[in-house]
Amino acid sequence: MKVLVAVKRVIDYNVKVRVKPDHSDVDLNNVKMAINPFCEIAVEEAVRLKEKGVASEIVVVSIGPKEAQEQIRTALALGADRGILIQTEEMPSSLGVAKLLKAVVDQEQPQLIILGKQAIDTDNNQTGQMLAALTDYPQGAFASAVDVESDHINVTREVDGGLQTLKLSLPAVITADLRLNEPRYASLPNIMKAKRKPLDTKTPADLGVTLTNTLKTVNVEPPAERQAGIKVASVEELVDKLKNEAKVI
Amino acid sequence: MSILVIAEHNNLELHKPTLNTVTAALALGDEVDILVAGAACGKVAEQAAQVAKVRKVLLADHAGYEHQLAENIAKLVATIGKNYTHILAPAGTQGKNTLPHVAALLDVDQLSDVIRIDSPDTFARPIYAGNAIATVQSSAAIKVMTIRATNFDAAATNGNAPIETLDDTFNTEAVTFIKEELAQSDRPELTAADVVISGGRGMANGENFEMLYTLADKLNAAVGASRAAVDAGFVPNDMQVGQTGKIVAPNLYIAVGISGAIQHLAGMKDSKVIVAINKDEEAPIFQVADYGLVADLFEVVPQLENLL
Repeated sequence: MKVLVAVKRVIDYNVKVRVKPDHSDVDLNNVKMAINPFCEIAVEEAVRLKEKGVASEIVVVSIGPKEAQEQIRTALALGADRGILIQTEEMPSSLGVAKLLKAVVDQEQPQLIILGKQAIDTDNNQTGQMLAALTDYPQGAFASAVDVESDHINVTREVDGGLQTLKLSLPAVITADLRLNEPRYASLPNIMKAKRKPLDTKTPADLGVTLTNTLKTVNVEPPAERQAGIKVASVEELVDKLKNEAKVI
Repeated sequence: MSILVIAEHNNLELHKPTLNTVTAALALGDEVDILVAGAACGKVAEQAAQVAKVRKVLLADHAGYEHQLAENIAKLVATIGKNYTHILAPAGTQGKNTLPHVAALLDVDQLSDVIRIDSPDTFARPIYAGNAIATVQSSAAIKVMTIRATNFDAAATNGNAPIETLDDTFNTEAVTFIKEELAQSDRPELTAADVVISGGRGMANGENFEMLYTLADKLNAAVGASRAAVDAGFVPNDMQVGQTGKIVAPNLYIAVGISGAIQHLAGMKDSKVIVAINKDEEAPIFQVADYGLVADLFEVVPQLENLL
């Protein structure tokens, strides 16, 4: 079966972001970029399904600037078969991304679509659910375990009280939680091989999607700084401070 | 403005973040309705009817809604939601699972994890793991958003709203509920507790968490964990505090053996008082801690328990 995986180019998760002085956005100039960690887990799961003989082909798609090719190549080096870049300078809203992915789903007809549960830049946690709604496929969001059978998939989901297991008929959309798997590293030979794998570039217009975004960012600011605290020397002093100074116990 | 709040519940009990979400809704306007969709959930509707200043409670009681499957609930919400200017839900896993599905069915953009309401169309939300706060203006026909409960007070529960029953039923055949494995605990719920004690990699193993449980019982606290502690198998994942886990803002947060990675701070740095116990004095957690104690947690935690 064909698996479609969506990946996003985002700031590396270890980088401490800085807000631009004009408060228009965060400063991404000369900042290290990478595949969103949740998307990496989605790619890894697809590759594992292929290694088990469940998936026959893995198509990886990214939406973003020309540079997002790098993230597609990374996914190809990890084991995906071919890539599609939907090139757009202005980053669409989650709904816009879901509409573009819906158009790719219509063309490619995958049986399973895997996304990360959220991107670590916008922290929206929306796209997978929106894609499920637009395609009318069942959704398994925040998946920590998946088990594909012939015509359905069992998905264990991370929910507030613990875990929930659902059986979804295929085709289906799932979004990966951190605990789904431990992504592998790409080996040098695989990185070299990935350079020869096919990568199509398209535009939203090619897919017949007109992007609109009703969300306008008015202002971006750093969060309120916490006052630097004090170091206490002993447990007695700590309890005393909590009781008499902070009055929280 | 007419506002619909989707209740978070387990068919028996209205979850507290719903009350905080009602407060956010009342900041938008005074025509606030609560939807309770579930199975055999009449008790929850009665609890929702007691929430102060609510106009009415809509009750959709049907087998298809029992497990809060997004496919069924979202179709219901999208059907009745057309009559509202705003649709809100708490930003727990139920709300995060369902509301984007609703927004796509209504063909509108969605706002996640709203922490401040400036006006009926302008909202603030954290981005980049809480390292920046974006103020966003929405021109969407219907504003669909999840609310970060810790940023709003809980609504009072001395009201008496009428309950109206809905007949719309959606029950997809594409999804079957198999099972649920919920962690059992007598301690307060993590996101609602006044005091939270969290352990990290420094706890070394799961047995050592007993120390934190004993301490928590003395303080009527909930116990949380860092991702490192969850990944190492010390504790179940639903105890994780952080960008990808739960967001907490208690009066007192005690971080034990937690270094303080960006992703963990995203889940707890709005706590009123933060205490860090760590033997590494360079640990980033000390930069946000009001009170820091550089010491071996295995010596200090039992001492702390004795003193309380």
